[in-house]
Amino acid sequence: MNVHEYQGKEILRRYGVATPRGFPCFSVAEADAAARELGGKVWVVKAQIHAGGRGKGGGVKVAKSLAEVHEFASKILGMTLVTHQTGPEGRLVKRLLVEEGADIRKELYAGMVVDRATQRVTLMASSEGGMEIEEVAAHAPEKIHKVAIDPAAGLTQPQADAIARKIGVPDASVAEACKFMLGLYKAFVECDASLAEINPLIITGDGRVLALDAKLNFDSNALFRHPEIVAMRDLDEEDPAEVEASKFDLSYISLNGNIGCLVNGAGLAMATMDTIKLFGGEPANFLDVGGGATTQKVTEAFKLMLKNPAVKGILVNIFGGIMRCDTIAEGVIAAAKEVNLSVPLVVRMRGTNEELGRQKLRESGLPIISADNMADAAKKIVAAVAGK
Amino acid sequence: MTILIDRNTKVMTQGITGKTGAFHTRLCRDYANGKNCFVAGVNPNKAGETFEGIPIFANAREAKERTGATVSVIYVPPPFAAGAIDEAVDAELELVICITEGVPVLDMVATRNRMRGKKTILVGPNCPGVITPDEIKIGIMPGHIHKKGRIGVVSRSGTLTYEAVGQLMDLGLGQSTCVGIGGDPVNGLKHIDVMRMFNDDPETDAVIMVGEIGGDDEETCARWIKGHMKKPVVGFIAGVTAPPGKRMGHAGAIISGGKGTANEKLAVMEECGIKVTRNPAEMATLLKSVL
Repeated sequence: MNVHEYQGKEILRRYGVATPRGFPCFSVAEADAAARELGGKVWVVKAQIHAGGRGKGGGVKVAKSLAEVHEFASKILGMTLVTHQTGPEGRLVKRLLVEEGADIRKELYAGMVVDRATQRVTLMASSEGGMEIEEVAAHAPEKIHKVAIDPAAGLTQPQADAIARKIGVPDASVAEACKFMLGLYKAFVECDASLAEINPLIITGDGRVLALDAKLNFDSNALFRHPEIVAMRDLDEEDPAEVEASKFDLSYISLNGNIGCLVNGAGLAMATMDTIKLFGGEPANFLDVGGGATTQKVTEAFKLMLKNPAVKGILVNIFGGIMRCDTIAEGVIAAAKEVNLSVPLVVRMRGTNEELGRQKLRESGLPIISADNMADAAKKIVAAVAGK
Repeated sequence: MTILIDRNTKVMTQGITGKTGAFHTRLCRDYANGKNCFVAGVNPNKAGETFEGIPIFANAREAKERTGATVSVIYVPPPFAAGAIDEAVDAELELVICITEGVPVLDMVATRNRMRGKKTILVGPNCPGVITPDEIKIGIMPGHIHKKGRIGVVSRSGTLTYEAVGQLMDLGLGQSTCVGIGGDPVNGLKHIDVMRMFNDDPETDAVIMVGEIGGDDEETCARWIKGHMKKPVVGFIAGVTAPPGKRMGHAGAIISGGKGTANEKLAVMEECGIKVTRNPAEMATLLKSVL
């Protein structure tokens, strides 16, 4: 689960990670009030959306007067912000963060992830702040320093000290940088984060260490123990179809093609999408109905796929292991009837009572196309969608 | 021989009285030699009771001491699953298979750290389990689709494993052992570990390796295969069409920072001399072509 920058900073401050002072704002009037409350001479007005690249897209502006704060807030609130992470359709800005301007002496980078290879939380830090870490990794990998953190001991003071010096934190600020990184680690572990990225981490003219930006993602498996983080969820930032799917315990991801696919199991679902592509089609979604492909789940899945106007055909691929194919066929038939299915439907079932399942599909009176294997199914749906 | 488990393995079920644990323990007990294999259950609140004739113990250590079980299968709910693994490791079991899906990743980081230097092998979490056909099945895979034979299968995904097995059966090829290592980012056995076991197993002639996007376990395994594997291996990687930054069902199936793409994995596997297919319907025919 993702949160906004201002929410991430709120969490980090609780763990002693310093950030510029600022307030979230939902209207221009709130932005004006926030700037007055903050005082000073320079403010930053930042669009709050769950995507990076906001600055380049015109969603982050430095204001040198209250009038400018007002002007930028008016411009950014309600704009459709397009960045390299939003896709061409962009994202409507509904929230702002108004912060005090910072006197930036140095821009650095600090990030944390769970590293699969070492099976530990890894702190990554670099002197190259303000640019994408993937770019640094590609062009100057020697400038990224990593520490795999022992979960029993946690991030230690000497580790934090060493990495702060490696990335060029001035001597006078090392102690504060250590406090920053220890706080970041504590926040990461106690909140079950899956990613934390502070880019840039800045050293100010007077030597303070601040998180100028903050990106936090959380492990959705661990949200049951973090109601305070769940409360930060912003459904406006999520795909409505994916939100709807999660209500029915379906795992759904929207894609750009026109062939809906309904599969049991994540790996088989991906493989089904790949097969559609291999035979010249484009999948409209990833959809895993899970182990129990019940009538209710299949019906909801059909409804969900058909809400997408791009869908011109549906491929159902179920490996009926524990669940019998005739039961699955009944579910598919009931679902197709309930939604008055009007696009071609190809069904491929494998497993127990396969033949009985196919017979049920044939006798349903519905124009369901049966397929023998995944490749056959993909070819048939691609042909059906092409009108052949 | 086969790998990891055989007809003589003695198993305890942690979470035997829960809905999933009860359902699958029944199916496992009814499969092949299961009646002699599934000898104990664990549930601290129901110690002294039985589950359809299987005695329930307060903890893994007691279950081991009283029944001789050396393997555990875990169905307990996600918040308690890592704790159940810890308990099995502390009881010095040989093998722990964690079926539970949705275990917090940082719980697994702590558990894997506790396991350093211990002899217990972990499979999973978030996996279908392990089956040695016609001898024993431990997990949630449908037993009847399998048949004893000489092909090993290792996979991160459940139904895609069954798909591979189904295809093998169409060609009359049985399996030595099928191992579902699970779809989580922090887990026990990796592809490379299972591949080593298949390499050493006199009852395995060739291996189907099924991977998916995310991480670099498949690449690591491929490089090992190039230098060490004495048997043919064929592979498929799911997720060529998966968009970056989106978690495709499994917690571990995500392309992040441009790493872990299916194409990248397929390229490395090919470089290492592994025959790969981009058509998942052809996993078994490809395997047969290298026998």
